[in-house]
Amino acid sequence: MRFRAKIVDLACLNHFSRVINTIAKLAKTCTLRLTVSKLYFILSDKVANGGVSMWCELCQGNFFDEFQMEGVAAEHNEIYLELVPENLARALKTAQSAKAVKIKLTNKHCPCLRVAVELPSLSSSSRIVTHDIPVGVIPRRLWNDFREPNVPDFDVSIYLPVLKTMKSVVERMKNLSNSIVIEANLNGEMNLKIETDLVSVTTHFKDLGNPPWTSEDGCQSSAQDRDPESMAEARIDIKKLQQLLAGQQVNPTKALCNIVSKRIVHFILLHEDVSLQYFIPALA
Amino acid sequence: MKCIVAGGNVKVLGRAVHSLSRIGDEIYLEPTESGLSLRTVNSSRSAFASFLFAPLFFQLYEAGGAPPDRELFRCKVLMKSFLGVFRSLPSLEKTVGKCLILLKPQASRLVVQLHCKYGVTKTHNLAFQECERLQAVFDTQRCTSSLCAPARVLAEAVVHFPPTLAEVTLGTGPGGKISLRNYVEDEAEPSKTMVTELWLAKDEFEMVAVAPGSQITFCLKEFRGLLTFAEASNLPLTIHYDAPGRPAIFTLADAVLEVHLVLATLSDPESDLQPPTANGVSHLPAPSEDFTDDLESYMIAMETSAYEEASGVPPSPTFPLHTPHPAESDPEEEEEEEEEEEEGAVPGTPPHKKFRSLFFGSVLTPGGPGLAPTQEVLAEDSEEES
Repeated sequence: MRFRAKIVDLACLNHFSRVINTIAKLAKTCTLRLTVSKLYFILSDKVANGGVSMWCELCQGNFFDEFQMEGVAAEHNEIYLELVPENLARALKTAQSAKAVKIKLTNKHCPCLRVAVELPSLSSSSRIVTHDIPVGVIPRRLWNDFREPNVPDFDVSIYLPVLKTMKSVVERMKNLSNSIVIEANLNGEMNLKIETDLVSVTTHFKDLGNPPWTSEDGCQSSAQDRDPESMAEARIDIKKLQQLLAGQQVNPTKALCNIVSKRIVHFILLHEDVSLQYFIPALA
Repeated sequence: MKCIVAGGNVKVLGRAVHSLSRIGDEIYLEPTESGLSLRTVNSSRSAFASFLFAPLFFQLYEAGGAPPDRELFRCKVLMKSFLGVFRSLPSLEKTVGKCLILLKPQASRLVVQLHCKYGVTKTHNLAFQECERLQAVFDTQRCTSSLCAPARVLAEAVVHFPPTLAEVTLGTGPGGKISLRNYVEDEAEPSKTMVTELWLAKDEFEMVAVAPGSQITFCLKEFRGLLTFAEASNLPLTIHYDAPGRPAIFTLADAVLEVHLVLATLSDPESDLQPPTANGVSHLPAPSEDFTDDLESYMIAMETSAYEEASGVPPSPTFPLHTPHPAESDPEEEEEEEEEEEEGAVPGTPPHKKFRSLFFGSVLTPGGPGLAPTQEVLAEDSEEES
């Protein structure tokens, strides 16, 4: 099992750091899945996470100048690692002016991702900073726990409002309540509501637009039959929503959410070369 | 005592106070013939700093003390109070033209007066306590290794470590390279802690005269305070160190200022016998392409044991837990200090049991050295000479 990768381009490094920073804000520990062409940051929905789950996919070619991976076995050419993304974010934080960043999986005393940053210096040789990030290697028999989640059979799918606006609304609401209700309909309308003993606040968004989904068998019946005015709603933990919005450092190309009434809200944030899916279950 | 600091030096004084405030809770003012010395020590007695401002630093300098006995008055002030005067460095720079420090005999307050723009005068009357001389015992001549680097290089090195990191290990490697590595406590699980290591080439330093294979571990928090001062003043910083356990001395100097920071270092008596560990000891390889990544055998071990158990992972060797040295000699001083230390655990400073505050022996005994016979003397007590 081997993994070596190298980033030389500063813009790619910056971009990769931003992705890692976003992941670090969403999960304390997560799984990194490496395949020949992609990297995945996965958080599976355990009780410990409060039932949230995350699936983030990147094409390695968009970030790395060199990328070599050999999985556990030829027919299972993948590597699954458990790591603390905050460590990786910290390692990359001070690498922003680096000449090159190399990442390698090593096992000197325990499995680690060794991030070696080559920094420019006034002397003849570069400065080298290495960060050994301890990782856990996840054995093959547990790989099934980390499969890509299916898009749920949602009631409403809607594009999100401008994230910055949504974030500032949610941040203020967070001070008043622990839970928030997201409701939306097929008319491009979304409401964010909080309700406490003393106060209830609702923010209304209009003209957001609903993404056209075609299901695999070409049948759109369930979505078409729905009354466009009828709201699908879910009450979710406001902190989780705030974390998701706060973690976004760049405006996504597309941002939408799928609501399964009273069950789960599925957020999809798409950038050019990174896709992030985040599931927040509804509170009882 | 009366002294006046003018112009740009007010900010230097302010920065010095900020630097001292990172270390101790009380600032000791000691006017001497060779200048005004500002000193502090941390609560666990593992860090001591002194800034000596020569008479030329001041527009006016009167150490005080009426002839003929010329006894110079020492006092200590709460760091918080003193720092309060110099709290905002930008405003010191912009608005303060002169700073007067005045301590009249029989006075009940130390006066620090800032003369600012537009005729504004801010007078601070600070409560003080008389005190004994605060002096750490150290001698840079006795240190086997020293390095000197521009402050900027060290500041750039330290930035890679998290601000909360307590201790850092400075070491030497092949090719004369110097390394800085975060120190991982014995108690922390080595397989869960991120280890960051930085290598600096010899030519980044102005001077390197180190014993090969040497290394010391010291508290980063207290060092950062001095480093900020050094960077702002653009002076090169010299580090003198000896064997692990002996204090490390950081110095800065220019024509009118002499700064010393003395930090206790982690002692590791078994370092010679210790096989290379995750924290390395003598022969750290410089980073190269040939890492051993023998994961195949590891994976085989993993497949046959439960994932949750760490048993599949080969245990990493760790620093040996060494028992604290029994209170040496000088029973009253050392024991008292140790008892004090046990009570006052200060986050960010090294655990008391591992650091020997050798250099604070019995110097604080009023009226003279009185070193007990078996106490290690790092430098002759100079009090007798003056």
